[in-house]
Amino acid sequence: MAAIDATRHRIDPPLERIPEVGRIPAGSPIEARLEKIWETAPGWRGWLSTVDHKTIGVRYLVTAFLFLVIGGIEALFLRIQLAGPDMAFLTPEQYNQLFTMHGVTMIFLYALPVLSGFSNYLWPLLLGSRDMAFPRLNALSYWIFLFAGLFMYISFPLGQAPNAGWFNYVPFSGPVYNTGPNIDVFALGMVLLGISTTVGSVNFVVTLFRMRAPGMTINRVPILVWGTLTASVANLFAIPAVSLAFFLLWLDRQIGAHFFDVANNGQPLLWQHLFWIFGHPWVYVVVLPAMGIVSDALPTFCRRPLVGYTAVALATMATMLLGFGVWVHHMFATGLPTVALSIFGAASMVISIPSAVAVFAWIATIWLGKPVFKTPFLFFAGFVALFIIGGMSGVMTAAVPLDWQLNETYFIVAHLHYVLLGINVFPVVGAIYYWFPKFTGRMMSEKLGKWSFWTMFIGFNAGFFPMHIAGLLGMPRRIYTYPSRMGWDEVNLITTVGSFIFAVGVLIFLVNVVLSLKRGTRAGANPWDAPTLEWAVSSPPPAYNFATIPTIASRHPLWEGRIEGEKEHTRTRLEEGYLLMRGRETLGTSPIDAKPVVILKMPEDSYTPFLVGLFVSLLFVGLLLHSWTFTALMAALSCAALSVWMWPRRNLGQRTARHDPASARRGGKGP
Amino acid sequence: MSGTAPVVTPLPVGSAGKLSGGWWGVIALIVTEASLFGYLLFTYFYLAAQTGQDWPPTGLPGLLIPGINTIILLASSAAFWAGERRIRQGGVRSSIFGFIAAIALGSAFVAIQLLEWKNKTFSINSDLYGSLYFTITGFHLCHVIIGLGVLLLLLAWTMMGYFDHKRHVAITIGGVYWHFVDVVWLFVFSALYLSPYLQRG
Ligand code: HEM
Ligand SMILES: [Cu+2]
Repeated sequence: MAAIDATRHRIDPPLERIPEVGRIPAGSPIEARLEKIWETAPGWRGWLSTVDHKTIGVRYLVTAFLFLVIGGIEALFLRIQLAGPDMAFLTPEQYNQLFTMHGVTMIFLYALPVLSGFSNYLWPLLLGSRDMAFPRLNALSYWIFLFAGLFMYISFPLGQAPNAGWFNYVPFSGPVYNTGPNIDVFALGMVLLGISTTVGSVNFVVTLFRMRAPGMTINRVPILVWGTLTASVANLFAIPAVSLAFFLLWLDRQIGAHFFDVANNGQPLLWQHLFWIFGHPWVYVVVLPAMGIVSDALPTFCRRPLVGYTAVALATMATMLLGFGVWVHHMFATGLPTVALSIFGAASMVISIPSAVAVFAWIATIWLGKPVFKTPFLFFAGFVALFIIGGMSGVMTAAVPLDWQLNETYFIVAHLHYVLLGINVFPVVGAIYYWFPKFTGRMMSEKLGKWSFWTMFIGFNAGFFPMHIAGLLGMPRRIYTYPSRMGWDEVNLITTVGSFIFAVGVLIFLVNVVLSLKRGTRAGANPWDAPTLEWAVSSPPPAYNFATIPTIASRHPLWEGRIEGEKEHTRTRLEEGYLLMRGRETLGTSPIDAKPVVILKMPEDSYTPFLVGLFVSLLFVGLLLHSWTFTALMAALSCAALSVWMWPRRNLGQRTARHDPASARRGGKGP
Repeated sequence: MSGTAPVVTPLPVGSAGKLSGGWWGVIALIVTEASLFGYLLFTYFYLAAQTGQDWPPTGLPGLLIPGINTIILLASSAAFWAGERRIRQGGVRSSIFGFIAAIALGSAFVAIQLLEWKNKTFSINSDLYGSLYFTITGFHLCHVIIGLGVLLLLLAWTMMGYFDHKRHVAITIGGVYWHFVDVVWLFVFSALYLSPYLQRG
């Protein structure tokens, strides 16, 4: 079909229509009109009001990396203190606050947000849509994340930061042993952050089921989408446990409730149950999307599709399902009945099976492909190696008798860093190298890239492998110093040196980012010759993502026709598609087979997400300060802002046009 | 081929009932809120099972007032449901009565529940049972109050003539949330009021 002029149809029946099909050539006047519809206002107004998923994605990435750097600096302080025996670089209290904030920052403010950044930026591009299902909710989730991060750091400059570990066990974090504001900041901050994570997860879940381009059936979505979807569904079930735990703790501390108060029949173990019912699924939340990144990006550098797509997708979901049934392996040493220990120990062993499926799929992909040793490939291959080591130590601690030996030792610290850095940080850095050209239109330097990889890889292993040995030698976790005669001196010195080498590697990476932003060679739409949809649009993508909504016919739309053994010819249509340009529009499709079912009206930019985020965050400040009138005022303002947000609008098709014929004539352009 | 041929029949535009994003969003919200109440009740039963005290320490709770209140809340759901049904049939005016009845019954529930609270001899910080009782019912009461706020907005919007039989997605979404809040009460009621009778046998 030839290009048709969509501007002709000014008057339409606003409640239903047949979407026109056509082409929008680059540089044409229709394209300019589309650009106008989707663009964000310049200056601070656009800055506060934008709902573009790409902007929000980049914000998530930048903010999460800032937290990574802050958390990393905290870690270096800890390592200086532990470099030798009997050091007094930090006081015990400073040490406690730093190791707590290190864990909190890395696990809550870096590990998931950074993945949300990638998913926010990439999902609509991967799925062939023009935005997420709830663009304004997306903006809200970022603002609350930012404010929650600031909130958890407010008492840090006063020397009153959270100090009871990221797991925050009672009774030490209870009102008797911890009288300052430290834990209240953490408790309220976590409830606030939980709101952000929850609305973000709702957005991902709904987007997957509604926003895929026609023809992108459920068995054609990239594995990153499976990973983030699984993580988001898990969040819906898991986040309430931790928010509740922290809220009950706050009630114990501030209102005088007795949930964890032994003297009044409360139960400290309740904390551990609620925390780990959340905590174990959470460790998969922060790795499954990263595993998805590798599953999607590694094949590009192996020049062949992923081996075992279906197996990997199913393994992703199986991991999470099992992940809800293993939380007690964090409580093996708490005196629970033996039957419980056996069951949860066995379940924890079983969980390594789906992980192994994914590992073998990656190895097979490398094995059967023709690897191209670019920087992202190095990071992804390094990730596979680290994942295997971290998985092994996981299975070891899943054995109850062995765990009784290893629990609360540096062996656990080694395990958790191999899995968290191995399965989160390495894929994330690799992913930045991979998608940087898409984000910015420029390539990153390969030379610095290789340097950053090898420095990080060597530094990481030098820093963290010896921790296994320290643990086996009996060195406990969370101690601020140790005497020299224990035989831990050498391993600790090596660990400290290794961690500084690792930090240098990260620094090289960051320098590479800054230099490449200015001087990187220009990248075309698809510099890696990659198979997935995000590479079909220009780098960086236009505000509306896709000029026309494409029709998808395979898992690797840009490799169609050149994969051996694949019979059918190119069927995916990228140039010609649905026009959808009467205001911000995109296509809604059916959940499984992605048939077009509805033309979705997307909201314009708006200040309400920022305002709601601000008021809700101030409400938590009010709670922290016990200022009940201020709290009530902020609650009222939040409700008011929410009502404005939710006000049914004609141009989104949320209310009838019947009572305002004038607006119907204008083509539904009313407020 | 699935979905790849161009559309030939008209598609609805915008937020059309259960095709709208909002409907899916509220279902996801309900899933996560239901988990929250699940963990609250887990907390209740876990602590009740671990304590050596008589449970509840103040003796078995009276059932008459809370029982009546339960019926009031369910009636509120029914009234809202009827109102929504009327709007789908095009009876905007009569739907307004349904919504007003739903709000009145919901408010009665809140008032009676506050009276229940006043008559308790314990408080949130007097003992473990008090902490549980007031926290769990408090969580629920908060949800009812927020739900009432939503119903008031829906009522206002209906009276402003925003909705008709074709477009009333806000009513569908707000309604299912209200029904959820009412169903949750059945679980809270069973746990706090009925289960002690079962345990005493
Ligand atoms: C093969 C799968 C895995 C198994 C069987 C496993 C098993 C375990 C066990 C039994 C513990 C408790 C050890 C103790 O405290 O005594 C533990 C701790 C931990 N694991 Fe894993 N794990 C696995 C994968 C992962 C992954 C993928 C992550 C996250 C990226 C992770 C993160 C953690 C963390 C953060 C801790 C320490 C929690 C704390 O601070 O106490 N694990 N793991
Ligand atoms: Cu675990």
